[in-house]
Amino acid sequence: MLKSAKKAAGYIKSSVINLAGMRGLFRIALKLLVNDKGKFLTIIIGVTFAVFLMNQMTSMFAGILESSVSSVANVGAQMWVMDPSVETVANSIPLPDYVLDYVRSIKGVKFAEPIYFGGGLVKLNSGKYQYATIIGLDDTSLFGRPVIIDGNIKNIYESHAFIALKDANYNLLDSPPIGTTFEVNDYRGVIVALAKTATPSSGLFGIPTLYTTYSRATQDLPNTRYVMSYVILDPKKKTDIPYIERKVGDLGYLALTQDDFESKIKNYYIYKTSMGMNIGLMTLISFIVGLSIAGQTFYAFVLENMEKFGALKAIGAQKKELIYMLLFQASVVSFIGYGFGILLSSMMIAFAKLRVPNYVAMVNYTSLTIAFFMVLLIAGFSSYLGIRKVLKIEPFDIFRG
Amino acid sequence: METILKAFNIVKWFGDRDNKMYALKEISLEAHYKEILFIIGPSGSGKTTLLSVISGILRPNEGTVIVKDRNIWEMNGDELTSFRLNNIGFVFQDYHLFPKLTSAENVAIPLILKKISWDDSIKKALKYLEIVGLGGKGELPPYKLSGGEQQRVAIARAIVSEPDLIIFDEPTASLDGETGRQIISFVKSNLLNESRTIIIVTHDARIYEFADRIIHMEDGKIKQSDEWKGDMYEK
Ligand SMILES: Nc1ncnc2c1ncn2[C@@H]1O[C@H](COP(=O)(O)OP(=O)(O)O)[C@@H](O)[C@H]1O
Ligand SMILES: [Mg+2]
Repeated sequence: MLKSAKKAAGYIKSSVINLAGMRGLFRIALKLLVNDKGKFLTIIIGVTFAVFLMNQMTSMFAGILESSVSSVANVGAQMWVMDPSVETVANSIPLPDYVLDYVRSIKGVKFAEPIYFGGGLVKLNSGKYQYATIIGLDDTSLFGRPVIIDGNIKNIYESHAFIALKDANYNLLDSPPIGTTFEVNDYRGVIVALAKTATPSSGLFGIPTLYTTYSRATQDLPNTRYVMSYVILDPKKKTDIPYIERKVGDLGYLALTQDDFESKIKNYYIYKTSMGMNIGLMTLISFIVGLSIAGQTFYAFVLENMEKFGALKAIGAQKKELIYMLLFQASVVSFIGYGFGILLSSMMIAFAKLRVPNYVAMVNYTSLTIAFFMVLLIAGFSSYLGIRKVLKIEPFDIFRG
Repeated sequence: METILKAFNIVKWFGDRDNKMYALKEISLEAHYKEILFIIGPSGSGKTTLLSVISGILRPNEGTVIVKDRNIWEMNGDELTSFRLNNIGFVFQDYHLFPKLTSAENVAIPLILKKISWDDSIKKALKYLEIVGLGGKGELPPYKLSGGEQQRVAIARAIVSEPDLIIFDEPTASLDGETGRQIISFVKSNLLNESRTIIIVTHDARIYEFADRIIHMEDGKIKQSDEWKGDMYEK
């Protein structure tokens, strides 16, 4: 055990020293690569292109997923109780009233309130119609209320009061300031306050959000159903969560933490709609295209220098030195391509967001990491082909010409 | 005379066990310090194969090769590679210079492989380019040089690490007669010294006169081995 650890340490030490001594060879490797301008650019363009597309795809998907849970994030309750067949927050399934009483009676529940999620057709002053998500907050507690940035939450008790969520879809309601009147399902409404979103992303599919009280949403608004969509609750302690989940399960309903509910919604988009599959496929295709451009060009580069690498072998280059040189070259082009690709797609997304505020793409660590690993694969694969070739070449064949 | 290289009973065959094609048939030879040894013979007689076996590039099927008192075919791969790097200089028929590097960088490669710093390697490479008569051309890539000049770059690369044994395979094959003679004449008068041996494989009769000794191969065997005396072989 100790012996092999020592051996490993020795090996690492010797290869580190080796790498330091390799500086000159890396410089040679870099010059060989960079001075072959055509191939150098082609490889970088290939990697850049692949990274750009992959990052574009995954960022778009990440944006979509993030948007799909933005309502849940905005409500901010620690737990949600719902019908087990609910798949996204907007497509809620009505809960009977006794669920609320039952949940309130569970030991470990600090408080539980109903919340209404539904849709309403808004007629703007301009005469335009716009579909909106209506969220009804429990009248007394206002549990699940958003963060107010203009006006006061208490104003929600004024007659016909609505609070507009100032997210990227706010402009679809003609960016109404406080005092703006409109109609929802032929019911008169007035904006009394503005709220902000809890996450940087906004609701999916360009639908704006209006908050009002639970009773107004379920009783006063024509065409909405007098039903409860979810029971939202906070447990007394985190450790009460499993018990609450079990008790709600006993009744045939589902209790989820905010995180679990968000994952459930995201999983729905990833696995149950064609969106996940399509994005996955596009990402894969971009990867393959980038891989083949970069891989092939790098391979051609190695082939072109094959005899010279053979001559190096004859002169006295160790196999591992040649391997390091090739790995170094592949890494250089990959990282440059990665940088350019990420830069390009970030710029593209930033630009798109300037033009379309509710453009949903977002660059996150996941998409950066996915692209990074894809690039490592591209570098690995390209250098693997070259290394195999270079290891095979016999200096004797170089001699024979 | 001190020997730098001894080879005994070298046998090398190609092909498979049932269908052996013998390229070297029990060859023995010696090379001495301060000598320029030619290995000549018709194409296909086994010259390149012999050169590769004695320089640690191609493992023989039988026989022993001793270079500077080391049995080279008993070394492991890495050992042999660094032995070549430190003791043997190679000049290939097709030069095999990197076209995307400058001449100086090409020449510096053996030093860089020896982990000598970049700046020192380039400095020494420039000095050796001067020695081979290419002072001031260090910044040029090989393809901007003539054939003879490229051969000189290759020679500078072979001698920059000051090896005791320098090996040339058909050095004049890609050069016109006059340039070829000039280069070999240069090699003989400038590169040979007390602690060095030069072995040249060729079938270019125009340069035979620069040999101290000539080994004549035919069909994988040594037909004759002589001191050079005037018109020994038909030109
Ligand atoms: N890798 C190989 N595989 C099969 N035969 C070979 C190989 N290398 C050399 N030979 C054969 O060995 C013989 C000697 O070749 P070589 O040493 O290149 O001759 P020379 O250099 O004198 O022209 C030739 O018949 C050649 O065809
Ligand atoms: Mg030959």
